Amino acid sequence: MIRLSWSSRQQARLWHSGMLLAGLAVLAPVLSLLVLAVQGSPGHWTHLLDHVLPHAFVQTVILLAGVGVLSAALGVGGAWLVTAYDFPGRTTLSWALMLPLAVPTYIVAYAYLDILHPIGPVQGAVRWVLGYDSPRDFRLPDLRNLPGAILLMGFVLYPYVYLTTRSMFATQAASLIEASRLLGHGPRSTFFRVVLPLARPALAVGLSLVLLETLNDIGASEFLGIQTLTVSVYTTWISRSDLAGAAQIALLMLCLVIALIAAERQGRRRLRYSAGRRAHPLQPRPLHGAAAWLAALLAAAPIVVGFLVPAAYLLEQTVGRLLQEGPPSAQLLHAGLNTVGISLVAMLITLFLGLVVAWSAHIMVRPQPWQRALPRLATLGYALPGTVLAIGLLFPVTAMDHGLAWLRDHLGLESMRLVLMGSPLVLAVAYAIRFLTISVGSIEAGLMRVAPSMEQAARLLNETLNGTLRRVHLPLLKPALATAALLVFVDSMKELSATLLLRPMNFETLATWLYGEAARGTYEEGAIAALGIVLAGLVPLIALARLQQQTHHGHHA
Amino acid sequence: MDIMLELDRISVSYPVARARQHVIQGLSLDLAAGQIACLLGASGCGKTTVLRAIAGFEPLDEGAIRVAGRLVSSPGAQVAPEHRRVGMMFQDYALFPHLSIRQNVAFGLRRMAAGPREACVDRMLELVGLRALGDRYPHELSGGQQQRVALARALAPEPDLLLLDEPFSNLDVDAREKLAYELRDILKSAGRTALVVTHNQAEAFAIADRIGIMQCQCLAQWDTPYGLHHHPATPEIADFIRRESLLARRATACLRGGPEALEVLDDGPGGTGSA
Repeated sequence: MIRLSWSSRQQARLWHSGMLLAGLAVLAPVLSLLVLAVQGSPGHWTHLLDHVLPHAFVQTVILLAGVGVLSAALGVGGAWLVTAYDFPGRTTLSWALMLPLAVPTYIVAYAYLDILHPIGPVQGAVRWVLGYDSPRDFRLPDLRNLPGAILLMGFVLYPYVYLTTRSMFATQAASLIEASRLLGHGPRSTFFRVVLPLARPALAVGLSLVLLETLNDIGASEFLGIQTLTVSVYTTWISRSDLAGAAQIALLMLCLVIALIAAERQGRRRLRYSAGRRAHPLQPRPLHGAAAWLAALLAAAPIVVGFLVPAAYLLEQTVGRLLQEGPPSAQLLHAGLNTVGISLVAMLITLFLGLVVAWSAHIMVRPQPWQRALPRLATLGYALPGTVLAIGLLFPVTAMDHGLAWLRDHLGLESMRLVLMGSPLVLAVAYAIRFLTISVGSIEAGLMRVAPSMEQAARLLNETLNGTLRRVHLPLLKPALATAALLVFVDSMKELSATLLLRPMNFETLATWLYGEAARGTYEEGAIAALGIVLAGLVPLIALARLQQQTHHGHHA
Repeated sequence: MDIMLELDRISVSYPVARARQHVIQGLSLDLAAGQIACLLGASGCGKTTVLRAIAGFEPLDEGAIRVAGRLVSSPGAQVAPEHRRVGMMFQDYALFPHLSIRQNVAFGLRRMAAGPREACVDRMLELVGLRALGDRYPHELSGGQQQRVALARALAPEPDLLLLDEPFSNLDVDAREKLAYELRDILKSAGRTALVVTHNQAEAFAIADRIGIMQCQCLAQWDTPYGLHHHPATPEIADFIRRESLLARRATACLRGGPEALEVLDDGPGGTGSA
């Protein structure tokens, strides 16, 4: 017995060291960024301060504010509409409102630039209707400016707000709203004084995801000609080869990220209040006639703009291209294979690290405060914009490469420098750091559903810690692991900003392929690549919808 | 005496699988101003639906509802809940978790100037004995305290009619009887007309001036507690009242441990009712 418990303790120690390493891996880019930024020469800094930073900072802040307001309005409005009212198509629409999640910001920008091009189909139709002959006589306002970017990004990012607030509305007790009505507050006053304050924590969570995604975006801003901080990092590094300057801008972005996270924490204080156990949930109020159709139209509008139009455009372009030019080029197919391969590797690494972090946190006995903070720290990578992460990774990864080279020299093996940096593996590492929170989150939720008594029973039946994990938890965690795998895979497929900076020479993914074509202005096979990404992004949404339908039916049974 | 609440042959139904299922059918009652009435019946007999119809959350199929002589509900015509001058204490109290106790009580007083509003909140908290807890939040209070906040909040706008949905169901059995008398005192001193819904006969007899027995979507008898006890309209009602009061007597007797206990315990069948 004593030997057994000793070995379990050793196993636990191993797990905890693993978690410590994962935490360091996330922290390393941030630390190296600090070092890089401090090393920058003062000359560069004043140049940046004078010419780049103020403009980029203001553009970024306006973009964040605009996208935040628009996505909050669309998300909260949509969620309230499908929760509080009943109208034709409500069930379908409440699912379909998630669809824009499948369209990354750079794809929506790519699609609309062509759709709304002065000699494109929409402007042509408008001119035809109004009786104008040429684009010189009449054209719609150009998309390539700040309002255009806010509009497009708001319409694809609002589902984060929609999802979090909808689940909050659905669990809110109807009696609170009824109480407000009986105390003399009409529907509008009730919405602003009761419904919205109660949904504030959910709004804070959803909005922070939207803003982090906006800050991370590089493709849409670049296509639309917005000089944001992210774009500045990229151009400072790639075009001007000024790594220290890029690091300094990245550091500024990091400050914005920290401010955002602090605001989110502040916003969801007092999250603890929840609906009473016996409270009956809100019943949607049936709408009739014109009101019902207006509601359906309002709920459908974000889906049409954020998903249907761009998806239909990509489909039409792809089919047209395939019919005219035959099968896609070998290079594009190769990029597709690259994407799937690197996403699979990233998925495996992320799942493994997620298991290490979640399981170590699970088996901690009376943890110190710093130990309890470790899993949270390890999942902060999601908040690092891709460009910031890429610059932060340069130094640690190169250092590791040098270490490996030194090792090989001393072992008398053939020396080859830059094993990680020159290979796609560095991409997988970057994805794993960014998406670790997904796998840790799902595995933690899965572990919570395993009754402690089950674990205790296994241990009392003389099973070790690792044996319990293998024989009890892992089988029960299968659904959680599958969810995490799917989400990480799809997010890796879509990733653009870190991929652009870290990919080896001549290594293309679908996302960088699309970026290259849009940057050159040659709309050739980009639509095929974009359609592949969107289709992959639809898979988890469909899985989620099926899951919700099952639980929905479960409630009625 | 003024009639404060008048239900005139009201019917309410829910859509169930493309058909409509009646929950209340042809129910009528009058309640005089200043009186406290109780609707008593087994769960699922439509008691709560009556309250929700009076509050304006359920449309009527037939009949009419008048509050203080004003028509508020009829088929196809509904006064919005916020314009009915009807207050309600919900079964789960429905206290706003994001507002303090004071803010909860003040919620219905938004048309009042700040000074009188604060004075009114003070008065209400005084009335329910929670003056010291105004700055706390609902989750920091016990069940009994939450119930009193809910009462103060519902009374503050001085509604013509107060509805109470199972006011004691979330409380310990020990606290119920004490709070039932307390509730009656508060309502009477505030001079309110109230309609209480409960499935517990002891509560009904403790607070009501009038009791309505609800059976299968209708009102089987509408009478004073005295009349109900001594002249039950049907054998079923007689049985219902006898069984329940027997249980209550037995429980008190057991608690007191007096000689009555044994006698009551020997009293025979009927011990399976819901206490």
